[in-house]
Amino acid sequence: MYAATLAPVLAQVEIRNRSSENCIQQNKLCPGWIVDHFDRYTHPLVQHIVLTVVSVGIGFAIAFALALLTRRRRWAVGPVLGFTGILYTLPSLAVFFLLLPITGRGTLTAVIALTAYTLQIIFRNIVIGLDNVPDEAKDAGRGMGLTDRQLLWQVELPLAVPDIVAGLRIASTSTVGLATLAVFAGAGGLGSEIVAGSNITFKTGVVAAGGLAILLAFALDVILLAGQWLLTPWRRVRPA
Amino acid sequence: MIHPTLAFLTDFSNAFDFIFHTREAQTGGVQVGGLHQVLEFTWEHIKLSGAAIGIACAFAIPLGLALGHTGKGELLAISLSNVGRAVPSLALIAFFVAYLGVGFTNVTLALVLLAIPPILTNTYVGVRQVDPEVIDAATGMGLRAVQVVRRIELPLALPSIFGGIRTSAVNVVATATIAPLAGVLTLGDFILSANVYGADGRLAGAILVALLAITVELVFATLQRLVSPKGIKVST
Repeated sequence: MYAATLAPVLAQVEIRNRSSENCIQQNKLCPGWIVDHFDRYTHPLVQHIVLTVVSVGIGFAIAFALALLTRRRRWAVGPVLGFTGILYTLPSLAVFFLLLPITGRGTLTAVIALTAYTLQIIFRNIVIGLDNVPDEAKDAGRGMGLTDRQLLWQVELPLAVPDIVAGLRIASTSTVGLATLAVFAGAGGLGSEIVAGSNITFKTGVVAAGGLAILLAFALDVILLAGQWLLTPWRRVRPA
Repeated sequence: MIHPTLAFLTDFSNAFDFIFHTREAQTGGVQVGGLHQVLEFTWEHIKLSGAAIGIACAFAIPLGLALGHTGKGELLAISLSNVGRAVPSLALIAFFVAYLGVGFTNVTLALVLLAIPPILTNTYVGVRQVDPEVIDAATGMGLRAVQVVRRIELPLALPSIFGGIRTSAVNVVATATIAPLAGVLTLGDFILSANVYGADGRLAGAILVALLAITVELVFATLQRLVSPKGIKVST
């Protein structure tokens, strides 16, 4: 009885599969094939997320430390911007292969290159954010008896959150894009579904993997905005 | 005997040898490397990037000036560069190659799309930043709208516009590295066809691409300073 009801369904699945394979053989854009083979994108997508989050995370940690170090040494801001500016300018693909003799192929090389790229954007935004804190707010904090350290963590950094998040958003969106090149460093990611060897003419793969990268960029952007919303409750108070 | 941790220095010295002296290809037969081929690929790299930046400027600057002058299309001008950043350059190039085919024209078009958003956004922002009182004064002196754009808004927006061109140029030069995937032999070919040029050629390609990107950045940073009217030096 089951066989009788299932047979037409199975036949349909069969036809659909065959037509989607046919479509692929003719190298057309085949949405059906993407749906049928979605699992092949899971691993590259996870690699892509890891590359992006780790690179932006380390980039943030380094940029944050640099920003705090240069707070009392304003003369150092220029040189740090200059140096990170060079790292930002270097094309990631070149950096992958400049690092190759030193760190070899793989995730480490890709993460170093992507991290180097994010430093300038994040550092600049932290410095701008701290500079934008109104003097009145700092004076009020000091008047309440806050030490320098308390002032930094309880007044200045919270008020700088919007500028810092703006930097992280630019950095994460750009890094998702650059991480598609990580495949050339042997680190996988969605780029491996765009480039096969030196062939980039697989129409369906380009749309599926490229589309996933764009969706990932937007998803990370939304998460960062949500983080900003949670960290800045005072901005949500409606004026009476 | 060189210390093992410094062995990579040998790799770099071999890469420089590849840049200056020809050698037989890994695949045999033809000669590769040497200054002649390096210059040939560098020229192709510059030609491709220059064409893309030129076309992008011709399109984005007038549009940005028009939108900025009228104050219309703010959402488009601002959000375009955010959306543009989210599109991976590799996916953009691959999309053009897969759907339109390989070749110089198609790669140029893909790079134009990559270059437009920063130039458009910066032109728009540069024009909107102009003090409204300056424009009032100009209008009061009898300047027509076109004159206001050409003689007031454009010069005052130039530093911002060149900031946009600089961002785009660095981006385009970096992305032109993957143009060999689309049949245009830029410096990236040394990197992407390691089976022909060998590991030395690949490292040489990485060095050359990095040098070219830094040169482009320095040239545009200088241009940006030169076009800044006295008194409104914009720090970037």
